[in-house]
Amino acid sequence: MSLLRLNNLTKTFGGLVAVAGVSFTVSEGSVVGLIGPNGAGKTTVFNLITGNYKPDSGEIFFGDRSIKNLPTHKIVELGIARTFQSIRLFQEMTAIENVLAGCHCRMRSGLFSSMFHTPGQRLEERKALERAMRELAFVGLEDEHDNQAKNLSYGNQRLLEIARALATEPRFIILDEPAGSMNDPETAELIRLIMAIRKRGITILLIEHDMGLVMKVCEKLVVLEYGAVIAEGTPAEIKANPRVIEAYLGADSGEI
Amino acid sequence: MSRKPFKRSYRAAGLILALLVFLLLPRFLSPAWLGVTNDVGLYAVLALSLNIILGNCGLFHMGHAAFYAVGAYTAAILNTMYGIPILWLMPVAGLLSAIFALIVARPIIHLRGDYLLVVTIGIVEIVRIALVNDVFGLTGGSNGIFGISRPVLFGFRISRPQHFHYLIWGYVAISAFLFHLLDNSRFGRALKYIKQDEVAAEGNGINTTHYKQAAFVLGAFWAGMTGTIFAAKMTIISPESFSFWESVLLFAIVILGGSGNIFGVLLGAFLIIGLPEAFRDFADARMLIFGAAMMVMMIFRPKGILPPRMRHYNVQSLLGRFPQIINRHISGDTENRQPQSAGDAS
Repeated sequence: MSLLRLNNLTKTFGGLVAVAGVSFTVSEGSVVGLIGPNGAGKTTVFNLITGNYKPDSGEIFFGDRSIKNLPTHKIVELGIARTFQSIRLFQEMTAIENVLAGCHCRMRSGLFSSMFHTPGQRLEERKALERAMRELAFVGLEDEHDNQAKNLSYGNQRLLEIARALATEPRFIILDEPAGSMNDPETAELIRLIMAIRKRGITILLIEHDMGLVMKVCEKLVVLEYGAVIAEGTPAEIKANPRVIEAYLGADSGEI
Repeated sequence: MSRKPFKRSYRAAGLILALLVFLLLPRFLSPAWLGVTNDVGLYAVLALSLNIILGNCGLFHMGHAAFYAVGAYTAAILNTMYGIPILWLMPVAGLLSAIFALIVARPIIHLRGDYLLVVTIGIVEIVRIALVNDVFGLTGGSNGIFGISRPVLFGFRISRPQHFHYLIWGYVAISAFLFHLLDNSRFGRALKYIKQDEVAAEGNGINTTHYKQAAFVLGAFWAGMTGTIFAAKMTIISPESFSFWESVLLFAIVILGGSGNIFGVLLGAFLIIGLPEAFRDFADARMLIFGAAMMVMMIFRPKGILPPRMRHYNVQSLLGRFPQIINRHISGDTENRQPQSAGDAS
């Protein structure tokens, strides 16, 4: 059964057609890669799914619910989490406080209980802290929990973003270039992390330029060019697709 | 971790000292000087309530005197017309001010930075002009309202500066304590996330519009309650007490003292309200000195005298009840983390 279904999605910015009639599905429990040359509209598709942009036309279904008119925080609450291509951490705060941001939407205490620290609020805080620490440990950053986000290495900042997204208890996670600015050992670690996320039953959609990573972790690839889907299939099929080789991989196709 | 007990005793000593000053100050200060510290106290609470909006949430709001005015006038009108005891009117004035904030903030909440600043300046001017023009025939025009009764607390009538000292600074202490608790909570964190990166906050499930509005409503509620005490202290209120200049002063207190830092805001209130009084002898030159001091401050400490401190979470002690989780994860290296996460999924 498909967890996410995009149906003929279109988005234009002024005269520029960023996304032109994109349709694809992501089935529950899978890892799907969205690839394509720079400017193909991949991040725009992500921003449409997460509600940062509203589509001009088309439909987005999460499960059997249309989410295209929901505000971003509601979409997160439904179970779609994301990371950002340009790292968007709360730079001045500690790592653990960053992850607590993800816990926010699963917490309930309001203004009154926050102001008077009622017993229920204190219990909830402790549980959230436990949850945040567990997610930090999951991505391997437990020792960094008290360090400011801006003092972490770029690779660790990306991991921290993933931990923060996981803290929202998502069913579906969107990773926008998770291996960006990572070195080889970090990328190898990231591949294992993606597998571990999948084992938790979380469906993954990712944009990535590192073809080695994409071919290893994804069971399905969707190729975008000029805002339109030009190919869809398993990594092996995509590798053999002449249209993809011509449009995207070019002369370097031998490398993959 | 070893620093912790030392820090705690340090803080306890500070609190005891503050308590002694609070209790004994009226013995050492003349009533005229107590009048000044009482003013500082009122501005301190107002600045603390503005700090929720400007310091914690990062919304450039320069119309805080409008909420203060709505609270003060609500209390003054209900007190002089129906004789309701003034302190009972505190929550009513706060509530009316909060409702007013809800109505005016809703359409402007999405504005950013300087745009919001300009609109809030407009709000405070509209309120002042409405008061001058005797809106609904209730506000007494430019003469204002007089004959507001003194507050009565447990049968004791508060009228002299030393009495007000205890009322006002007690109120400052309670407010500062509650705002401190708020800072360290889900609500307080949400405001800080919004200040740092609104897109990331929304993208992680925080309803940014809701929290920005809640910051306005809470700040206005507190300003309205403070207006009640102001009305009772002055027994006469007029529109000129709620001018744009008051909003600028409050804005300056928060920015100069350290936006987002409660102690910084209290210090800012002393510096901006208290110091000019101390230099009254210099008469005209004091505003010059004041302006120069502000400029020097903004150049050398742009985040305020006391910038907001990073919050440290004491994970070990807070998780004392669940030691196995932390220990398992901290001791576990990458190799045995993977089977564990498989266990999580089942």
